[in-house]
Amino acid sequence: MSEIEAAARDLAEELKKHDADYLEARLEESQSSHITYRGKELDSIGRSAAAGGNVRALVRGGWGFTSFNSFDELSGRIAQAVEQAKSAGSGESSLAPVEPSVDEVPAGIDRNPVTIPLAEKKKLLDEYNDIIWNTPQIQTSTIGYSDSRKKVVFLNSSGSHITQERADVNLRLAAIAAKDGEVQQVGLSLGSRGDFNAIQGLHQKIGEMSGHAVEMLSAPQAKGGEYTVVLDPVLAGVFVHEAFGHLSESDFVYENERLKDIMTLGKQFGGKHLNIVDSAAVPGLRGSYKYDDEGVPAVKTYLIREGELVGRLHSRETAARMNEKPTGNARAINYGYPPIVRMTNTYIEPGETSFEEMIADIKEGIYAKNWYGGTTSMEMFTFSAGEAYMIRNGKIAEALRPVMLTGNVFNTLKNIDAIGNDLDMNEGGGCGKGEQSPLPVSNGSPHIRIQKCLVGGS
Amino acid sequence: MERILAQAKKAAEEAEVFKISSEETQVRFEANRLKQLQTKQQTSIALRIIKQGKTGYATTTNIDNGRELVNNALETAEFGTVAGFTLPGLTEYPAVDIFDDAVNSVSIKEMIGLGEEMIAAVTGHTPETVCEAVVHRGVITVSIINSRGGQADYRKSFFSLDIEGSLIEEMDMLFVGDSESSCHPIEDPKKVTNLVLQQLDLAKKRATAPSKQMPIVFTPNGMASAMIMPLMSAFNGKTVLEGASPIGSKQGQLVFDRKLHLHDDPTISYRPGSRPCDDEGVASQRTALVEEGIVANFLYDLQTAALAGKQSTGNGSRGRGSLPSPAPSAFIIAPGDTTFDDMIKDIKEGLVIDYLMGASQGNILGGDFSGNVLLGYKVENGEIVGRVKDTMVSGNIYQVLKEITAIGSEARWVGSSLQIPHIYCPSISVASKG
Repeated sequence: MSEIEAAARDLAEELKKHDADYLEARLEESQSSHITYRGKELDSIGRSAAAGGNVRALVRGGWGFTSFNSFDELSGRIAQAVEQAKSAGSGESSLAPVEPSVDEVPAGIDRNPVTIPLAEKKKLLDEYNDIIWNTPQIQTSTIGYSDSRKKVVFLNSSGSHITQERADVNLRLAAIAAKDGEVQQVGLSLGSRGDFNAIQGLHQKIGEMSGHAVEMLSAPQAKGGEYTVVLDPVLAGVFVHEAFGHLSESDFVYENERLKDIMTLGKQFGGKHLNIVDSAAVPGLRGSYKYDDEGVPAVKTYLIREGELVGRLHSRETAARMNEKPTGNARAINYGYPPIVRMTNTYIEPGETSFEEMIADIKEGIYAKNWYGGTTSMEMFTFSAGEAYMIRNGKIAEALRPVMLTGNVFNTLKNIDAIGNDLDMNEGGGCGKGEQSPLPVSNGSPHIRIQKCLVGGS
Repeated sequence: MERILAQAKKAAEEAEVFKISSEETQVRFEANRLKQLQTKQQTSIALRIIKQGKTGYATTTNIDNGRELVNNALETAEFGTVAGFTLPGLTEYPAVDIFDDAVNSVSIKEMIGLGEEMIAAVTGHTPETVCEAVVHRGVITVSIINSRGGQADYRKSFFSLDIEGSLIEEMDMLFVGDSESSCHPIEDPKKVTNLVLQQLDLAKKRATAPSKQMPIVFTPNGMASAMIMPLMSAFNGKTVLEGASPIGSKQGQLVFDRKLHLHDDPTISYRPGSRPCDDEGVASQRTALVEEGIVANFLYDLQTAALAGKQSTGNGSRGRGSLPSPAPSAFIIAPGDTTFDDMIKDIKEGLVIDYLMGASQGNILGGDFSGNVLLGYKVENGEIVGRVKDTMVSGNIYQVLKEITAIGSEARWVGSSLQIPHIYCPSISVASKG
């Protein structure tokens, strides 16, 4: 029996004995490996093992949370969490009711990515790095590969006892071109829920990426201002995650009366063609799971249906406070953190417009592709495209330097006037919120067109 | 640790064991109310070995897993990078004061009191503000031993206050906030809350920005959000070694405005970024990076320095135990001689940037920054007239910092490891919806 299973057995009964409104424990053990390259040379290679756990207690609406690496004196940890909760609580506890579950969920993979010999992983990465370096004018490259497999045992005072295993694979590459003090880079990031095959066979894509980095050295910068912008599925996925997804996380909303007014269910946020979903219940994606970190089963949640706000993402506490159903969106990056409301797999559902139709009547616009980063303040968002092109008279024209797009979420959702028929999910992303980053998520969308989008530039 | 070192020495030529432990307590407020008390105990042990000239590396959270740790490190050494460096032997370290026992005796009740005081100050000023606040304290212990007899042990205390407020009216949102950190307990939260109150006052009125080039004053927080990431990347010895730093070949050359001075300093008393030695056991030192606009040096760890034919600057950083990589300990821009008020008086039409959102998502390596003005103000005829929104500011640090109109006379700590004055730039591109 592993260390955490032994600890779980000790804790299961203990949790029921304490004087708290609710108690839970999460115990975790993980193995991981990583390989990074900077330039031609391997920069770092390593293997890690970690084990730890936490206890979370709720008393009169206040939470106590204690996390640890050492499994000694577990009953003392429970008492500490309960004491903390008592000091923090002064109101009423409320948690949406959830049936206790006893379950074991396997990782669902044929081959554990962590135990694949480092030699095999390195061979593939060497091939990729060679492709980058065989491109003329490439100055350097970076490659970051990581994998992990973890087992998490969740227990609570209502009798839940859930063991879930999961695996994760993530690969990020960047080709960096330089000339006369100018530096440009193009990156690629992808991942999978533990399937190593997902990062194989990328040779052609990586060749194109490297060529594009060189091309950008001589590309002009966009002129700053408002444009009609077409986003590819990767970037539109980042947009839906940043611009709308975070606003749907109820922990921002549930105690903020003014934000509640803005996010009233039934409000029209976009055209009839706009449907936005978050679903951990879609199997096999990086944001997928059967139970969240509060032991709540995952469901498919429509956030926007036919342009109307119809749902949001909940923990047990936010669901109870807002008198809505829990959605199973409480997640923590690891045992060191309490679960908070997070996205899983977030996407815009496909429409009927083809890409050609979408750009056909644009006289002067920007086609923005590929992910570089994105962030939001809830009202305002920014996201940056790794690649960009002018659209002139309905055709893709010259390449531009990477562009940064920004705008007001509410206006921009209304300004989406075409939704493509080509949904694609991107699994390379990691989401950050508070101190918890990166959390495996996936984002997706078909191509979308936005009118009057603000683009930064010269 | 000694046992792991002994086991590793049997299988490899050189070995180093790095251990970092921490005990932390946080008091968290949400929506103006006490929400959660949190404690965290964490230990990581990292083993680095050199076998047949190559580096191997593994980490664990369990000190009893010595054998597995050594085996994992041996497997990785087969593919590891060729180690160009020699681990430091027994070294005398500078005395750097970073531990104050008083941090441990701040009670939970006192921490709750500090949070309540911060929230009362902000909501007393603007009652509709919804605040999140965190009061955080802890102690970190670091130990390093290696096969060359090198040995380092130190303890560091830290304490921080953090407050963020949001003010929502109809569909309009305003975000304000500040934080402060020290190795001493912070008893007076006014320094933090006074800045937040000032932000609330300045943002009360709305103003519009035209789309054009105009003068911009970056506050210390504004500089941190816009230009620090590209600067850190440019002075990282690894970036330089790869030829990816635009200033890598310009040591000794004038690249920035003559008024700009930048250095890294891990020896300042009671700062959370300070320490007697870096995470490889190399003694801490102050390193000048820019002197009178001239590129003076870059930041190195042992391996990068060896490959570049340089000396380590004592900037080997390994977070919770990853392999060392060059990183600043405290990035410091020296203050100038102009007050913030004088900068504003000098501007006919321009902006003050207090937070540029998303600026570090662009081509950092190339020095580009571009972001949405999440908190910023319009200046007209020498006065701040109101908050601007729906506005984007874009530039490149190698153009913007080449010609600086003035540097502020007062530098402020931003987070735990940046000390920055106000920076007044003559002309930067602004795109706005008005």
